[in-house]
Parts: sequence; structure tokens; C-alpha cells
Amino acid sequence: MIKISFAGVWVHDQDEALAFYTEKLGWELRADVTLPELGGYRWLTVGPPDQADVSLLLNAIPPPPVLDAATAEQIESLMAKGWAGNVLLTTDDAQASYEELTARGIEFSESPEERPYGIDCAFRDPSGNQFRLTQVSEPAVV
Amino acid sequence: MRVVPSERHLLRARDLVDASYAEPLDVDDLARAAGLSRAHFSREFRRAFGESPHAYLLTRRLERAAALLRATDRSVVEICFAVGLRSVGSFTTSFTRAYGVTPTAYRASFPPASQYALIPSCVLRAYGRPQHRTFREDDGASPA
Repeated sequence: MIKISFAGVWVHDQDEALAFYTEKLGWELRADVTLPELGGYRWLTVGPPDQADVSLLLNAIPPPPVLDAATAEQIESLMAKGWAGNVLLTTDDAQASYEELTARGIEFSESPEERPYGIDCAFRDPSGNQFRLTQVSEPAVV
Repeated sequence: MRVVPSERHLLRARDLVDASYAEPLDVDDLARAAGLSRAHFSREFRRAFGESPHAYLLTRRLERAAALLRATDRSVVEICFAVGLRSVGSFTTSFTRAYGVTPTAYRASFPPASQYALIPSCVLRAYGRPQHRTFREDDGASPA
């Protein structure tokens, strides 16, 4: 059986991202390891407290020679324009989660709205990655 | 802390459109959200996203109106105000220019079942927004 264990998003600043994911989104830090032998590469992962087997990898844009400066700049720009990353989350109660996260300072780009598949809303992380938070309704029998 | 790319501030203004299109929002409000003067903001927004902030705001409102026409039985007038537009006449003109049919004809062309397609609303919003069209483009061919 093949499962998802890690998925990655680019982040503009790993410290800023870590603070956002742990303090505002309420996720837990899974690993924060800096490897001097790899030019200071920092493996930084976080995840939802109730979902231990899936982590989100917060990737810094690497310096040359790992990645050339022009490509790094393109990623940076895509990220800042909001087209680099996309994560879909589920919740038991979209309205409650929306209120809780708003109270912690997360700015939503879409407030909870009823859709045929449930109720959902959307926000971004500080880097511009788009998050959708959905309360999924019972699937229809096809 | 690394310097935040300027586009991130522009994205903040674009997100404000997506969040608050129903309110009486204008380009000045968006420029303030990005922390830029109006003229500079409009130029930078167009450079980053390929269209003016005015066009983005209008087409977001039209996209939301189209979604309401498909998914609800609210009247055209109600929908016009619900998406932050204040003139039914201009709404009908802009909508017809963008979608090629009047709001009423647009609604009639969709069977109610279409609302049950399980497409996340991020996809709906991103792909449903019409191309902005100006009066100059009205000559000749009808909108695609």
C-alpha cells in the first residue's frame, strides 16, 4: 500500500513559516534538523497534531549551486504571487475552525461558504501558499 | 528575516478582493492594503498579474455573480448588490460583455444539476473568472 508521508511547500522564511504553522495554525513541530555537511540544509517539518503519519515539509529556496539564482528568483516570485503551493485540509466544523484561526490572526481570503461538497473557506500562509479548509459533507451515493 | 518580495504585498491586495468583493471596495482601498500609492499600485499589480486591479475586482464580482446565478434562485438585482456592484444597468452590461449573454439568459442555460459537480471552490473561482473586456473590444466578434 502506498501512502503520503511528506509533501512539501516552498517557504519564503523558515522561521516565519514555523511560527505561523505552530502558533497560528496550531500544528506541531515534527523535525527541525540543520545539516552542516549539506551546506546548512534545514529539514523542517510540521503536521496536524491528530495526523501523525503525514507531515508538511517547509522548504527554503536553496542557494546556488543547488539551484541557480535565476530559477530561485522565479520560484520566489511565483510563491509571492500565490501560485506556488496548494494544500487542502479538512475539518469537522468549518465555522468553528474559521473563528478559531481568525482569532489567532490568520487572514482568510474566503470566509466559510456552502458548496455542494460541504462548507469551506481559504487562507494563505505568510509565503503565499494557498490553503483550503473544508468541512466535507457526507458523500453522495453514486 | 528575509526581505518580503514586493509581489507578496500585491497578493495581499488581490486576496482582499477575493475576501471582500461584496463590500464597497475600490482601487484606492486595494492600494492601501498593498501599502502603495494608487498609480504605483496599479502599475505594479498589472506587472505582477497581467491585468489591472480594477479589472481583477470587476471580473471577480462577475464570477461570483455567475456562480450565484447558477446555484441560487436569487434575483438578478439582489445578486448585483450581493457582489458589491451598485448599478444594475452597468452590471448587466458588464456581465453580458464578459459572458456573451445576459444574466437571465446565462442562468437559463444551466440545468440546476450542474451545481452538484464536486469542484472545490478554489478551482471554481480561479477558472470561472471571465476575461475582462472593454467597450473597445465590443466591435465585431462576440466574446469567446
